[in-house]
Amino acid sequence: MSDDLDDLKAAMRAAMPTPDAARKAEDIALARINFAALQETAEAARQTSESPKTGPIRGVMNMIMRINTRGALTATTALVALGLVAVVPDWQNAPRLNGPQPVVLESDDVLADRSEDRTRQVVEEQFATEAAPEVAVEPAPVEALEAEIAQGAESAPAQQATQPSATLKREQAPADGIMLGGQVQGFDATKIERRSLVVPLPPSDDVYVQPEANTEAFPDADPNPLKVTAEDPVSTFSIDVDTASYAVVRSSLMAGQLPPKEAVRIEEMVNYFPYDYSAPEGDAPFQPTVTVTGTPWNADTQLVHIAIQGENKSLPERPPLNLVFLIDTSGSMNAPAKLPLLKQSLTLMLPELTEQDSVAIVTYAGSAGQVLEPTPATNRSEILAALDRLDAGGSTAGQAGLQQAYAVAESMAEEGEVTRVLLATDGDFNVGLSDPEALKDFIADKRESGTYLSVLGFGRGNLDDATMQALAQNGNGQAAYIDTLSEAQKVLVDQLSGALYPIANDVKIQVEFNPAAVAEYRLIGYETRALKREDFNNDKVDAGDIGAGHQVTALYEITPVGSPARLTDPLRYGEAELASDASELGFLKLRYKRPGEDQSELIEQPIVPGGQASAEMQFAAAIAGFGQLLRGEDYLGDWGYDDAIALANEARGADAFGYRAEAVQLMRLAQSLQR
Amino acid sequence: MRMEVTDESLARAAAEGDAEAFTTLLQRHYDGVFRLAFRLTGVQAEAEDLTQDVCAALPAKLQGFQGAARFTTWLWRVVVNAAHDRRRRSMTRAKYAEGWGDWEVDRRAADAATAEALDWLTQAMRALPEDLRDTLALVLDDMSHAEVAEIMGVSAGTISWRVSEAKKHLRALRESEDRS
Repeated sequence: MSDDLDDLKAAMRAAMPTPDAARKAEDIALARINFAALQETAEAARQTSESPKTGPIRGVMNMIMRINTRGALTATTALVALGLVAVVPDWQNAPRLNGPQPVVLESDDVLADRSEDRTRQVVEEQFATEAAPEVAVEPAPVEALEAEIAQGAESAPAQQATQPSATLKREQAPADGIMLGGQVQGFDATKIERRSLVVPLPPSDDVYVQPEANTEAFPDADPNPLKVTAEDPVSTFSIDVDTASYAVVRSSLMAGQLPPKEAVRIEEMVNYFPYDYSAPEGDAPFQPTVTVTGTPWNADTQLVHIAIQGENKSLPERPPLNLVFLIDTSGSMNAPAKLPLLKQSLTLMLPELTEQDSVAIVTYAGSAGQVLEPTPATNRSEILAALDRLDAGGSTAGQAGLQQAYAVAESMAEEGEVTRVLLATDGDFNVGLSDPEALKDFIADKRESGTYLSVLGFGRGNLDDATMQALAQNGNGQAAYIDTLSEAQKVLVDQLSGALYPIANDVKIQVEFNPAAVAEYRLIGYETRALKREDFNNDKVDAGDIGAGHQVTALYEITPVGSPARLTDPLRYGEAELASDASELGFLKLRYKRPGEDQSELIEQPIVPGGQASAEMQFAAAIAGFGQLLRGEDYLGDWGYDDAIALANEARGADAFGYRAEAVQLMRLAQSLQR
Repeated sequence: MRMEVTDESLARAAAEGDAEAFTTLLQRHYDGVFRLAFRLTGVQAEAEDLTQDVCAALPAKLQGFQGAARFTTWLWRVVVNAAHDRRRRSMTRAKYAEGWGDWEVDRRAADAATAEALDWLTQAMRALPEDLRDTLALVLDDMSHAEVAEIMGVSAGTISWRVSEAKKHLRALRESEDRS
């Protein structure tokens, strides 16, 4: 039955004509004329339905409303557009905002449309003024509707009376405005007026914030399908050094719940762990090692293990670092696992920085603001004091915050330094952002300017994992999820250099399998990182980055020709057998750019059978198996948690930090939860 | 990307005489007004005229906006009321009163792909009594029943009842179609 309604809706959508642009401009011009006319008559004899009210609040409100009116009337189109900047409260400390590229809260194209509209309107308005008598032919509806005003005026106050809380809120808002006005005393009047235009917006801190329902969002990607080598021999993807997924999985399991399937990204789980891969020799910043071993869950297939070890720059040689903490202080961050943990995490990180590094802090919540000017990292007391002052409240103006953070970062950047924005959030980008695509474009644009973006996720409940992923991927950064202080230590202390110093950008991997040797193959994980085949050689296409000391692991499960594990039948009328010999399983190509360069370099090597499975590879395979169990993928057969636990335990190795022991515990937990 | 200034603050600024705020507000919602007008009337020309009525009267009406409701809720109420007025005034002209008339179908029938669905749409909307049709015009825009109730000035229960009535009508129409 609801189908009928849905059908009707769809039909309605199909039938909906687009509004005629000319009519639109005409109507708006007419409305403007009526508006202006109304102002004149209103000035002459102001009739108001309001009974005279006195008292300081009403008086101040009137005063502000007046200022507002005059200011806005004198404001030109451009000023109004600029006026939107006023949500960024700290003008003095954001000199870049006055630069040639003002921070506006609309995407540029919308803005362009709009100013175009306005120009057109002005023209039409002039035209319409001449043609005024004609327009006046239409006022019948005005009269008719004016009768309704009376109706409306009757009903509206009645509503107001039944909703006293609404009235109260409106009176609070201007009161906030007074405070803001006080902060900008040094500025000329027009700025204050424009500011007051947006003043009623931020809900004041003491407004009760409704507890939010679970609004977590994870990227929705189907597992990589099995590919038949004869049909589709080439597999292309971007590397991924994020670790967020593993921490999300852990926090779910620790809370006694199996993680949502889409939260499990196998490559991020595998790459969470440090591996003892052979360090790069010679000039290249990293070294790929390819090994072909048996598959733990299938005796008749093989696992191609591609390991990449990034060179580890020793800390004294590293370039100076400019770090902008962009901290979400919205109301939703007000939980022990969020803002307080964030403060502790950043405190842990500070001793890792030296006097050549500098730190700035920008917050965003309702409005964005810089709470700490660029400060040398050794001035720890000042930074800690600024961190201490942070307080959660208000809603999230993520975009304004990002824009300001980038502006600050650009002001700090100097030749030969690494500049990075470190966004710490629970992922709740709800205000000021209706178009994630435009935000991605903005970040991608800034990436070109050399500023990196990393994302640290905190807390659960409304973790927008999908947006975090997208932001970090577009910002050439890493997305990590911090659920405990020890995770903060791992990300921000133990692996800090990897997180902050890129050694290679846009690292892409392409593997071509040899149909004479490999019948089928399957890439395990990297669903959200797939690239088109032609993108591999296109240096314009963005891909993942490798930081100093990072390790990246990619796993393919391959089915050799003639193996009983083959899931598809060979084609009877397939192409004639290719003349290549079967001694090579495939060919690995790897492209990367050195930081700051536009031209990519190529590393190539054949994939040959054989090789000794080290404990490191076995552990990676165990984690890949664990991830597939959590995702409920059906390639594993009877292989289950017991096998994964046994394999991981066997391959635990030195495990200096205890990460692997923890993984085994999580497997046991998941096993119990799944029963 | 959406601006930070809410509809409500723009509306208040406009009620105080801020012409730019008024224009911004109108530009933001013009298309929404037009679409609702179309859902209410079913004829493009009629929808355009209704939209013009609303635009012309909006400055005066805005003075009565108290900010007690969401601006869009208030605005949709203005549109619905204006549609009622228009119907009342043009009772003599059967074409307008009828709405969802023939020539819109003719205009669209050229597009063969949508013709059939459109025909059903027109039939379905015509078959409905006026209050159900107006209710659907709002409900089809993904508004909650509570919101529609606020716009139409009736209880949420009434809206739910009207929607289920409308569904009954639609089902009956389907069945009679299937039989023929």
